[in-house]
Amino acid sequence: MNQVNRLKGGQIDRSVTHRFKFDGKTFEGHQGDTLASALLANGVRLMGRSFKYHRPRGVLTAGSEEPNALVELRNGARQEPNSRATTIELFDGLLAKSQNRLGPLKYDLLAINDRFSNFLTAGFYYKTFMWPAAFWEKVYEPIIRRAAGLGSLSQLDDPDVYDKGFLHCDLLVIGAGPAGLAAALTAGRSGAEVILADEDFRMGGRLNCESLTLDDQSAPAWADDVVAELKSLPNVRVMHRTTIIGAFDHGIYGAVERISDHLIVPDLGKPRQILWRIYTKRTILATGAIERPIAFENNDRPGIMLASAIRTYANRFAVAANKKIVIFTNNDDGHRTAKDLHAMGVEVCGVIDVRADAPRSLDYEVLHGQVVDTKGRLGLNQVKIRLENGNIRSLDCGALGVSGGWNPNVHLTCHQRGRPTWRDDIAAFVPGVDLPLGMSVAGAASGIMSTTGALQSGTDAACAALSAIGIKSRAITIPQTEDAPVSIQPFWYVKGCRRAWIDLQNDVTVKDIQLSHQEGFRAVEHLKRYTTLGMATDQGKTSNMGGLAIMAELAGTSIPKAGTTIFRPPYTPTAIGVFAGRHRGQDFHPKRLTPSHKWAKEQGAAFVEVGNWMRAQWFPLAGETKWRESVDREVLAVRTSVGVCDVTTLGKIDVQGAEAAEFLNKIYCNGFAKLAVGKCRYGLMLREDGIAKDDGTAARLANDHFVVTTTTANALPVYRHMEFVRQCLFPDMDVQLISTTESWAQYAVAGPNSRALLQKIIDPFTDLSNDAFPFMSCANVTVCGGLRARLFRISFSGELAYELAVPTAYGDALIRKIIAVGAEFNVTPYGTEALGVLRIEKGHAAGNELNGTTTAQNLGMGKLVSKTKDSIGSILSERAALTAPGTLCQVGIKPLNPADPVIAGAHLMNEKGPIDAAHDQGYVTSACFSPNLGHAIAIGFLKDGDLRFGEKMRLVSPLTGIETKIEIVSAHFIDPQGERLRA
Amino acid sequence: MIINHPLLGPRDSAEFIYLGDANLIDRPNWQAPTAAKDFYEYAYLRDNPAGWHDELWFHEAGDRSWLVVTRNTLTHEISNVALARDVARLRGRSK
Repeated sequence: MNQVNRLKGGQIDRSVTHRFKFDGKTFEGHQGDTLASALLANGVRLMGRSFKYHRPRGVLTAGSEEPNALVELRNGARQEPNSRATTIELFDGLLAKSQNRLGPLKYDLLAINDRFSNFLTAGFYYKTFMWPAAFWEKVYEPIIRRAAGLGSLSQLDDPDVYDKGFLHCDLLVIGAGPAGLAAALTAGRSGAEVILADEDFRMGGRLNCESLTLDDQSAPAWADDVVAELKSLPNVRVMHRTTIIGAFDHGIYGAVERISDHLIVPDLGKPRQILWRIYTKRTILATGAIERPIAFENNDRPGIMLASAIRTYANRFAVAANKKIVIFTNNDDGHRTAKDLHAMGVEVCGVIDVRADAPRSLDYEVLHGQVVDTKGRLGLNQVKIRLENGNIRSLDCGALGVSGGWNPNVHLTCHQRGRPTWRDDIAAFVPGVDLPLGMSVAGAASGIMSTTGALQSGTDAACAALSAIGIKSRAITIPQTEDAPVSIQPFWYVKGCRRAWIDLQNDVTVKDIQLSHQEGFRAVEHLKRYTTLGMATDQGKTSNMGGLAIMAELAGTSIPKAGTTIFRPPYTPTAIGVFAGRHRGQDFHPKRLTPSHKWAKEQGAAFVEVGNWMRAQWFPLAGETKWRESVDREVLAVRTSVGVCDVTTLGKIDVQGAEAAEFLNKIYCNGFAKLAVGKCRYGLMLREDGIAKDDGTAARLANDHFVVTTTTANALPVYRHMEFVRQCLFPDMDVQLISTTESWAQYAVAGPNSRALLQKIIDPFTDLSNDAFPFMSCANVTVCGGLRARLFRISFSGELAYELAVPTAYGDALIRKIIAVGAEFNVTPYGTEALGVLRIEKGHAAGNELNGTTTAQNLGMGKLVSKTKDSIGSILSERAALTAPGTLCQVGIKPLNPADPVIAGAHLMNEKGPIDAAHDQGYVTSACFSPNLGHAIAIGFLKDGDLRFGEKMRLVSPLTGIETKIEIVSAHFIDPQGERLRA
Repeated sequence: MIINHPLLGPRDSAEFIYLGDANLIDRPNWQAPTAAKDFYEYAYLRDNPAGWHDELWFHEAGDRSWLVVTRNTLTHEISNVALARDVARLRGRSK
C-alpha cells in the first residue's frame, strides 16, 4: 500500500522520492511533503498517544499549531523530542518514532490510564496524591512522570553548531501569505530595505492550500511569481524556514532560521539554526489565522482533523486524508473544504452544519445537525449525527473535518502585554490597539478573512508604514480573486457529552473546564493552571479559544469579559542550543590569556580560571605528584631566594589630570593628596554604604599621573565605579581615566634575591639600592637595553619584592629573560596557589576577606578611613551598627595540634558552650598549609578579635562533622614587623 | 531596547550596564550637620516607580559614558537620553 491516498496535483515534486521510517516501518514520500502529509499519503492516521490518558491520536492540523502529532525525530545525539510531524520537511533517510507510549503504538500498555479517567480529571495531582506526604517524591511523582509526558531526550551532547546574527531593515514582514506577499512586494518595489520571513519552507501561506485563482493564475503560481520578483530585488531579504519567535522592545524581533533541519545532517561548516536579532523601523504582521475545532464526544480519534488541514493536505500535498470524508462546520469555510475534496474526486459523505441556513450542494448531502459521537479505536470509522429534528444518523467515514471558525493569529501582538479585542461578526479576537512599537497588522491576522481583503490590506499597510518613515511607495494592483464575507454561527461544543476534548495536547475536556468552574478556578489564568489548558508545546493555539468560550458561558459572561491569557515568546518551541549559539563548553565566555601563558604551558603549569582569565596555578616539576609538593616548594623558594609570578590580571587604571590626586582622595578612604611623585601607597576603596569595595596600590608616576591597581575580579566594576564618580559626582574635575590592564605585562619578582636578579635586567642607570629605591617606590625605567618599563617596589608576599611591567608585546620575552638571568638564584615561577599561601602567611586581605560584607574596621584598617576629607563611603562607615562593640575583626588562626587541618568556611565557637548560630563567634575566610611554619594557618573574622589574641577556641563545621581546637593569633604569621619587605 | 546615545546615536541596550535611579547623582554634602541621615537616605531610599523613571546607564561596551535615560518602566518607552555629566552640572555638581 504505497501512498494509497495520494491525489493528483499539489506542490510536491514527484520526481524526487524520499524513503523514510516511522516506528521502524519504511514508507515513501516526495520532495515537498511534510512527515505528516507523507504518513497520511500512506494511509497512516495513528501518529501518537495522548499526554495523560494515552488515547490514540492522529494529526489535527497542517501547521506549527499542531497539538497531537509529536514525534521523536532522528536518533542518537540528534534525536529531537516533540517535533511536530506537520512542520518536519521530508528528506531521504528521515527517522521518526512516536512517543509517550509503553510498548507498540497500537497496543500502548499505558492506555489503562484511559479506564481510570474518572480519577485523573483536572486537579487530580492536588487531590489524589496528597497522602502520605512522603510518597509524593518517592512513589507518585516517578510513576506519573513515567506515564504522563512527551518525548525523551537523547542525553547526549548536541553535535550541531548554532549561530547568532544581526539584521537591520526598514520593514519586517512576518508571514508570506497573501497579505504578507502584497506588503513585501509593495515595499520591495519602493526600494525600502525589506525582510520577509515565513516559518514554512514554501512561501505563500494559505495560497498554497487553496484552489483559488488570482487573475488567470492558480494561487500557488501567483505566490511563486511574487516570491521570484522579491528575490530578484537587492533590497529584499526573503527568509524561508524562519520563525519570528518574539516581538521585543523598540522594533527588535527574535527570529530562528532553520538552515539544516530539512537535511539529514547539516552541510559541512553550516550551522543547524541561526538566531537572528532583527532591528526594524516598521513591522507588518501578516501571520494569518488558525482554524479552531469544535468539541464533541470522542472528537480525538485519529482521522478527526481541522477541515482546513484536510483542504491543505489535498490542495498543497495532493493527499486525501481518507477515501471517505465527512465535514462538521459552523461556518461557510467548512463547505469550501467539501467543495475542493469533491472536485478532486474524494468522496464527501456529508457536510453537517449547525446552521439552519447552511449553503446547499448538488454534489454531496448537507445535514442540519451536530456530531454527537464517533467510533473507531485506532482510527475513525463512523460518525453519529443528531439531526435538527432529533433523529440520529450514522455516516461511515475515515476522516472528519471540523471547522469551528478562524482565530486571527494575534500571538506576536501580545508580547508586550497588548490585549486583543473581540469581534462579534467573525466570532474571534483581533489585535487590540496597543500593538508593539511600529507594528501594524494585515490580512487574516487582523480579522480580514477574504483573499482580496488580505491582498489589499497588505499593500495598504506597507504604504502606510513606509510613509511613516519617509519612504514613498505605491499600492500594487490587486488581482481578481475570492472576496467572500465571513458567515459563522459561534458554536464551541456539543451539549451533553461525557468526554469531549478541548485541548488535545493536555487531554483537557469540556468536563474539566466545568470542574474548574465548579471549584472556583474561573479566571482564565486560574483555568489554565488548574486544568493545564493551553500549556506545553502548542501553547493552546487550537484550544484556548474553546476553553475560554465555555468558561464564559458557565460564568454567564461574554467571551471578551472573560479575557484571554497572555501570549509570550517564543511563538513556537525553540531549541535551547540556538539561544546558546557558539557560547557553549569552553566557549561559554571569552578566554583571556596572560602574556606568560605560552611559556607557562611549556613548563607544564596547571591552570585555573579566574573570571575570564586563565592563570597558572602551580608549576609541577618532574617527580612531583601532588599539587601541595609544587606549591610548598614555590612558597619556600620565594621566602629563601626569589620567585616570579605573572600578575598581569590585576586591573590597571591610568589616572591623569591636574586634579588626579584630588580624585583619588574621593575614591579611596585614605589620603592620597600628599603622596610624593615616585611613591606608591596602599589604597582601600569603600562603597558608599561603608563596606569595603576593593583594594590595591596607587603609584604616582608624575604630579598629574597615577597608576591605580585593582584586584583581578574587580578590574571592571572598579573602573565603572571610578567613571561614575568622575562623570556623575565630580563632572568638572580635571581628570581622565583609561583601563590599561591589557597594555602592560606585569610580573611580581619576590624574595631576598629579587633585587640581585632585577639588577641584571633593569638598565644600570636605575639605582636599586634600598636607599635610592626604598619600599613603596615607583619609577619609569628601561630594561634589557632601552625597553620602557615601570618598576614598583610593592610586596604582596611580605618579602623584598618588586613588580615590573613592560608593554604586553614584550611579556613573553620578559618572563623568559627573568628565568634565564635568574638561574643562578634558582629563580622559581610560582602560581596562584603559592601566591595565596604567601599572602595568608602575611595576613594580607584578598577577595575572601573583601567579600562585600566587611568594613575597614573588620579588616583591621579602621584607622585608615580619613575623617578630614570627603571620600566615598566615609560617612556611612561610621554608622553605630558597624562600629559597635562585638564587631568582627580580622585575626589569625592556628591549630593547637599542628597536625590538624583548618577549613575555610568553618565557624569559630567558644572553648565551652553550645555550638549553634546564637553562639557563633566568627568564621574562617582563608586557610592553607604554611610550609614555613609546618602547620595549617588561616585568617578569618572574630567578634572583637583584636582583643582576643591567645584565646583557645573551637573551629567547627557541623556540615562536615569537623571540630578542631585552635588558637587565635595575629594574622601576621611571618615577619610581623615587616623587616623583610624593607630590606 | 534601543538607547539613543547623545553622541553615538541608537545603540542596543546590551552594550550598557544598568545602575539605577539617577538621583544617585545628588550625593549629599559630607559636612552638613545632617550628613549621617542624608547619606543613609542617599544610599538606601529610592523610588521604584511604575512609569517614568530617570535611570543611570553605563555604556560599558562603548564609549564609557554614563547616561541618564528617561524610561517608562511599564512600557520601556524612552523619552530622553542625556550625558550624565551634563545632568550632574545642571543639578549643581562641579568638583
